Amino acid sequence: MLTRDEIFEVLQTVPDPEVPVISVVELGVVRDVVISGEAVTVTMTPTYSGCPAMREMEADIRTALNARGIAQVDVQLVLSPAWTTDWIGPEAREKLRKYGIAPPGKAEPQGLVMLTRARQPVPCPRCGSRDTRLQSEFGSTACKAIHTCNACREPFDEFKAL
Amino acid sequence: MGGQAGIVHKQPDFQVAAPRRAPIADPLVEYLLRLGDDRLVLGHRMSEWCGHGPILEEDIAMSNIALDLIGHAQSLLQLAGELEGQGRDADALAYFRDGVQYRNCLMVELPNGDFAFTMVRQFLFDTYSVLLWDALSRCEHPQLAAIAAKSLKEDKYHLRHSSEWVVRLGDGTEESHARAQAALDQLWRYVGELFDHDEVNDAVAGEALIAVDHAAIRALWETMVKDALQRATLTLPAEQGTRRGGRRGLHTEHLGHMLATMQSVARAHPGASW
Repeated sequence: MLTRDEIFEVLQTVPDPEVPVISVVELGVVRDVVISGEAVTVTMTPTYSGCPAMREMEADIRTALNARGIAQVDVQLVLSPAWTTDWIGPEAREKLRKYGIAPPGKAEPQGLVMLTRARQPVPCPRCGSRDTRLQSEFGSTACKAIHTCNACREPFDEFKAL
Repeated sequence: MGGQAGIVHKQPDFQVAAPRRAPIADPLVEYLLRLGDDRLVLGHRMSEWCGHGPILEEDIAMSNIALDLIGHAQSLLQLAGELEGQGRDADALAYFRDGVQYRNCLMVELPNGDFAFTMVRQFLFDTYSVLLWDALSRCEHPQLAAIAAKSLKEDKYHLRHSSEWVVRLGDGTEESHARAQAALDQLWRYVGELFDHDEVNDAVAGEALIAVDHAAIRALWETMVKDALQRATLTLPAEQGTRRGGRRGLHTEHLGHMLATMQSVARAHPGASW
């Protein structure tokens, strides 16, 4: 049986199916790994409630651990604490930026906020300009928004802060 | 639980006889079905825009919002099924209940109408939903509090989106203003049902410690809605009779048609997986 650290190393090789440049561990969805005899329980937290990639991640985690000789893999979903993009570390953020996705800013505090609050422009991941505009709150996946850079004229995705 | 008299509301708009009603077996299950059904039905309505959005970004936005709402519904219905203990999961509850067994409010089952109607409805419901989740995230039922805290984050995005559209449409062209105002006027009579408080609310407050102050939520809701409507240059509709009944399974004719579509594949192939 692999150690807990070795299992985390294996999971580090499992990419996010929609943002393959970072792993499910870097995304922060893997909350815990518990080894009990020959069985491994992986606890995951869903990113977005309706994210269709969750089942894919679950299957990929199972496949990766099966391939390393762990036959019994139990994946459990936990809702609390709710997933936040603050769990994405600095290295993974840099990977996102290099991939062309603006990394998430700081998540808003829990609870209610003013509807009319001002929003900071998101820096362009390509040229770094802050002269950008929001194109759409909702991008190709639930976790992304679409912006356009006025400086280099390129559209880009933003990993939304949640 | 109170007698039959306690649950009969005045029905100013519907000429239907109150059906004989089975006693509520488990108020907590009933309460979760209300929360789940609101989101499932509204999520399905939003999904009907997929491929029909006025612009590509909006098509994607509405599909994303639909996914979130259906995701919230799935969590809520899953929990309802577990607590009910009769072997029904979220799919069984979504696809194998008939209209009279649905507990959603009437507002969410109304046909989408035009884009303004969809967005104004979304705005009115999102505002309510965000306030409700905020309250429920602090309730003492751990599983519901977890679902609420998670859903609140996503619904805040939805509300930002729908409120900006309401302002844009209201304060837009003559045409968009007229359509947004017509939508608001039509939807206003369905608002009251969102804040109804009945014996189910009393029971879950007592047993499951899910106490939500609907009057306080309504007051906050009105402040937020009035603020956005003012920015949208829309006129607050006059008080009207409230249309209600959804919480007791008394729906408009639209729900049955919607469910026929929504449930057709699951009912044609029960037990199928893909």
